[in-house]
Amino acid sequence: MNSAPPRAPFLRIDRLRKVFGDFTALNEVSLAIDEGEFICFLGPSGCGKTTLLRAVAGLDIQTAGRVWQAGRDISALPPAERDFGIVFQSYALFPNLTVARNIAFGLENQKLKRADIERRVTELLALVNLSGQEGKYPAQLSGGEQQRVALTRALATSPGLLLLDEPLSALDARVRAHLRVEMKALQRRLGVTTIMVTHDQEEALTMADRIVVMNHGVIEQVGTPTEIYRRPDTLFVAEFVGAMNRIAGVGASDGRVTVGEVTLDTQAHAAAAGAPVVAAIRPEDVLPHAGAEGGGESSGGGGDSAGGDAADGDAASAAAKGNNRLQARVDYLEFLGSFWRVSLTCAALGGVALTADLSSNAMRRMRIEAGARVDLELPAERVLVFPRGRGA
Amino acid sequence: MKPTVSTTASKAVAAALAAGLLMFSAAGRAVDLTVYTAVEAEDLKRYADTFNEDHPDINIKWVRDSTGIVTAKLLAEKNNPQADIIWGLAGTSLLLMKAEGMMEPYRPKGLENLDPKFYDSDPVPSWVGMDAWVAAICYNTVEGAKHNLEAPDSWRDLLKPMYRGHVIMPNPNSSGTGFLDVSSWLQIFGEKGGWTYMDGLHRNIARYTHSGSKPCKLAAAGEIPIGISFAFRGARSKEAGAPIEIIIPSEGIGWEMEASAIIAGTDKLEAAKTLMDWSISRKAMEMYNTAYAVVGYRGIAKPVKHFPPETVSAMIDNDFEFAANNRKRILTEWQRRYDSKSEPKN
Amino acid sequence: MTADADTATTDATTVTAPASTTPAAASPAARIRPKTGRDDKIMAAFIAVIGLYLIVSLALPLYAVLSKSVSAFYFDLGNFEFQVDRGAGWSAPVTARQLNDELRALSPEELRTSGDGRLAVTVFFPDFNFRAPTRYRIRQVQPEAAFLAGTRRVADTDWHTFDSNQFRRVVLRASKSTGLDNYRAYFSTPALFRSLKNSLTIAVISTVLTVALAFGFAYALTRSAMRFKGLFRIIAMAPILVPSLLPGIALVYLFGNQGMLKSFLLGESIYGPIGIVIGSVFFTFPHAMIIITTALSLSDARLYEAAVSLRASRWKTFWTVTIPGARYGLVSAAFVVFNLVITDFGLPKVIGGQYNMLAVDIYKQVIGQQNFEMGAVVSVVLLIPALLAFTIDRVVQKKQVAQLSSRSVPYAPQPHRRFDALCLLYCVLVTVFIAGLIGVCQYAALIKFWPYDLSLSFNNYNFDVMDGGGWDSWKNSIRLALYTAAAGTAVIFCGAYMVEKTQRFVATRAAFQFLAMLPMAIPGMVLGLAYIFFFNNPANPLHGLYGSMAILVICTVTHFYTVSHLTAVTALKQMDREFESVAASLKQPFHKVFSRVTVPVCLPSVLDISIYLFVNAMTTVSGVIFLYSPDTALASIAVLNMDDAGDIAPAAAMGMMIFYSNIGARLIHLLLTRKVMRNTQAWRTRRGEAVR
Repeated sequence: MNSAPPRAPFLRIDRLRKVFGDFTALNEVSLAIDEGEFICFLGPSGCGKTTLLRAVAGLDIQTAGRVWQAGRDISALPPAERDFGIVFQSYALFPNLTVARNIAFGLENQKLKRADIERRVTELLALVNLSGQEGKYPAQLSGGEQQRVALTRALATSPGLLLLDEPLSALDARVRAHLRVEMKALQRRLGVTTIMVTHDQEEALTMADRIVVMNHGVIEQVGTPTEIYRRPDTLFVAEFVGAMNRIAGVGASDGRVTVGEVTLDTQAHAAAAGAPVVAAIRPEDVLPHAGAEGGGESSGGGGDSAGGDAADGDAASAAAKGNNRLQARVDYLEFLGSFWRVSLTCAALGGVALTADLSSNAMRRMRIEAGARVDLELPAERVLVFPRGRGA
Repeated sequence: MKPTVSTTASKAVAAALAAGLLMFSAAGRAVDLTVYTAVEAEDLKRYADTFNEDHPDINIKWVRDSTGIVTAKLLAEKNNPQADIIWGLAGTSLLLMKAEGMMEPYRPKGLENLDPKFYDSDPVPSWVGMDAWVAAICYNTVEGAKHNLEAPDSWRDLLKPMYRGHVIMPNPNSSGTGFLDVSSWLQIFGEKGGWTYMDGLHRNIARYTHSGSKPCKLAAAGEIPIGISFAFRGARSKEAGAPIEIIIPSEGIGWEMEASAIIAGTDKLEAAKTLMDWSISRKAMEMYNTAYAVVGYRGIAKPVKHFPPETVSAMIDNDFEFAANNRKRILTEWQRRYDSKSEPKN
Repeated sequence: MTADADTATTDATTVTAPASTTPAAASPAARIRPKTGRDDKIMAAFIAVIGLYLIVSLALPLYAVLSKSVSAFYFDLGNFEFQVDRGAGWSAPVTARQLNDELRALSPEELRTSGDGRLAVTVFFPDFNFRAPTRYRIRQVQPEAAFLAGTRRVADTDWHTFDSNQFRRVVLRASKSTGLDNYRAYFSTPALFRSLKNSLTIAVISTVLTVALAFGFAYALTRSAMRFKGLFRIIAMAPILVPSLLPGIALVYLFGNQGMLKSFLLGESIYGPIGIVIGSVFFTFPHAMIIITTALSLSDARLYEAAVSLRASRWKTFWTVTIPGARYGLVSAAFVVFNLVITDFGLPKVIGGQYNMLAVDIYKQVIGQQNFEMGAVVSVVLLIPALLAFTIDRVVQKKQVAQLSSRSVPYAPQPHRRFDALCLLYCVLVTVFIAGLIGVCQYAALIKFWPYDLSLSFNNYNFDVMDGGGWDSWKNSIRLALYTAAAGTAVIFCGAYMVEKTQRFVATRAAFQFLAMLPMAIPGMVLGLAYIFFFNNPANPLHGLYGSMAILVICTVTHFYTVSHLTAVTALKQMDREFESVAASLKQPFHKVFSRVTVPVCLPSVLDISIYLFVNAMTTVSGVIFLYSPDTALASIAVLNMDDAGDIAPAAAMGMMIFYSNIGARLIHLLLTRKVMRNTQAWRTRRGEAVR
């Protein structure tokens, strides 16, 4: 393997299978990860993400398939012969050892001098802002501090690969948000290739260089956070990452989608005419225009939707084309702090229920309230089309 | 060998002292002889010391337990004997072992001094006897008076209704003394009469004990007025101050001898023979006589304290071969008759 | 591989489809055989060693019992030939079978026997007269059995000639066979069958009484606000510290014919079911009390609050909240008590009188009649109810664990004057009963000669002049208890660790777990007997253990394996499952985690296991009764043997020595636990500061 080409991936997983009795936990999973990447395995519980992580670690070795790390075939090696550090959801800190002893655990028996070990521990603790906590026991630390100790312990031996199994899920929201940033920064600084397992899409979107979305033991999609969010390959990914409105219809001959008596403009799709499809649009891309009196305002206010990023400009202009403009009734409103979630029924689409996320400003401007009638615009380039059938 | 038989209850078989046996003391070239015995624990040291006065070069390693257990142990070790010699075990037990071919026949010096009842009748005897212990009734005079009982004179007296619930005897299935009683009644009263006698006695028995010495100790403690046990135990209890009388029933009493034998296949044959010779010497017999009224050596026995004078003359002409060969049958029959009926009494 | 890696880079994200010609390409489909690491090897070795221990100390001996129980003896009539000379020369040889077929002298039942069976040959000659001048010859066809001529054993195949007077002394010996004959014999013997009935009766009555009494006690401890709860609990635990036969001795002094309280029995005899039941209640009480107290303390205060808010009466609350909440505890306690009673041997032996029970039958068969085969049969029969009770208990326990994991608020009893007073009275009565029996033993031990000389003396402690092994037996017991505690704790904790923390060897670990649970269902006597059959076999390379202290230690560890194993597993389950994974990722061997983390964290449980083993090794009778040798006589056995010999007061004295030794051990355990808690469990006590 020493002669592997320079662009060889740091970690390569090839057609991994893991079977527990009758249950196939991983089915022909293949993946390549470059050095220094931060990868998230994202998926619902039972999708196989943790199984895949444990196979990479050698903790539960796969039934079939191979794993290479840094050009070395590690498929059958026990964990101790691989090169990784790991942080578990529970942190698995040794309760009867101090913070310093926990971190030094992996440094012992490595022909290091006692003083060197101590120096390294001090250095690492400084790195995670835990200086001065050496003598404490894990139970005397807060959850966030424990998590950082676990991370430090995993990094102490400078492993080539850092594995994180739901490392933030035991923490409360505020600490989690803070640690997300800190961990990502640390990873950048150290440049260590990292795989994190999570079921929290927000965590994946904010931290990962690339996200691996998994379901039922297979990889649904691999891509950067924006790819995953904007261009989901499958309906599953579309719905798992972020919220999504679904409108059942059939493919029209001109590459559009027919729903009831309406034909919607959509992104290009490959469905044959008459084939059942799902048209999907995210709530922040649904643009209401407040009735007759609100029409003028909406055309001028492209940034009204909650998701107000640069794309909204396009959406507004698309709406101006007037293709996917529909009448809808407001059923009820949900206040979610920074924005409102509006539930709508669209009679033209066969009474399908839609939600739209609107900023407080837009709500005030358009005076949207329960029972009101609104004009809706579904920007064509934001309407994704997926084949209906499997899981749809 | 006190008929304490299964007194000290249990743990059956074997004891792997083999390793110990192989080790000769570096000092004096002394031979270690593994001796299985049922002799009373308190007598062991005295026996060994007296023997060593004449034979200091033979070192006795005792393995002692109650008769039932030593017998079970020896039988269990049949194919892999750990003992070199038996010194002081029930004659009936030795017959069982002879029937398994476990004995090394040997005619010890001075055999002619012994009563022929006390050694194997084969030309070269497989075993030789030491002394005898005899059955007896222990009667608590204080408790007897309290319950208005007369002291019994004979086995038949014990059938009287007034003794109902006041008699205890050992279970022959667990006690050598118990079996001794049963086999002697079958010999005294005949097979049929013996069972009839026991049917009657069973009605008066409060309970059967596991050990042979317990009935006498219970009588001594006043727990029961009458205990069917053996004279040696009664004498000891009386010596200890218990208000009991030792009664020798007029029909005669069963008895059992303590005997010795060499285990076939021992690699210490010479030492074993030396011990066999000594075990029937006059000196040895006088040693036994301090506690046992009857010894195998003719004409030397002196009376033992608390033993009734009629003890020796009351001993029946015990047929050990009958006892050994019919043991299984008798015990099965006894169990069928009395164990199955042995619901608690009020 | 190089080519393969190259292919992979062309599509960095998804499925790689390397050219099928490269050698590596074929491999992904192949099943991966995980490479065995150093840790795996050490663990495998450990599992093998401890698994082997359980096989040798449990599985093989039990197999030996089973095979012994089906080894039967019969008279092989076809193997013996006779010739008769009635004055006209020798007749043609004829086998005993032919003669019996003609005469129908013996039924097939009568040909079944045991190892020491004998059959007089004269039954085959109806005209036999020992005064007749007839001569007889006998020989064996195959040298498989033997016959006795008088007391002489003849095992060859030669013809032997006897005159009629000698011939009447010829008896046949039995041959060995394999089959269910012993079981048939057992179930056709009313005496033995009755023992089964008696055992079940006593076990059921004792179970009902003990569980009811223990429930009342536990109820008072958990639901009342009475005082002295700690003291009551300590006294109620005392029976665990004495051999099960000690209450029997106390009962003799209380209710025997010379008993202090004899009149209380209204003429009934204490020797029999009454004595066994009272004694059984005494010695099983703490076991039931612990289980039921635990069950009751688990119940949820919110249910009681709900009951109060619904204005349910105390009575109704009791039946709708308390009892259902404790039902698993009650069932579990019932089966534990049932099992203890039905397998106990010491108590019925001491106080059972003529009331036969299975456990005592085993003893009588083996020690009294040297009928090992029938002892094995009774053992197997005794196994059945014990296994049944054990299985039900395990099922119920599992359900209780599920209940345990639910989140609940502990119940805090409110003072209630009349109810508390009632509870106090009840607990006083129970503890007086328990302390009373122990006190009576101590009193009896100090009396010079009950009932004739009531002056106090230490004569009864002069064990060296009595049966049972003297003071050495007490020293041996202490040694046994120490060895058992040390070796047992090490073996059991390591075994539990392997079962709990190893990922691989699934089937092996399941088998191991089964073996570890099994001893609880095996009565001690059966285990002891199994050890005789297994270890006392000269062909067994471990034969040398027989009669040594080691075999007593092995037997005791195995006998008390299950409870210790469960304690260890419970402690280990509280350890994070990933400690070993973390260590592996840090390239540290698992035994470093074991010694640096697992053992220190579990130290309180480790100490609990050792005191449990110590106390039980001091008191056990049934397991070791077949196994001790003159050099390794034990105090608990000495109690039994001295009682058996009628030396009841010394037996009580030795029983009290065991009691005091165990109290001493418990105190040391308490001090040690405190010290350990202070020194190594510092991280535990400061947990309060953790919340920020």
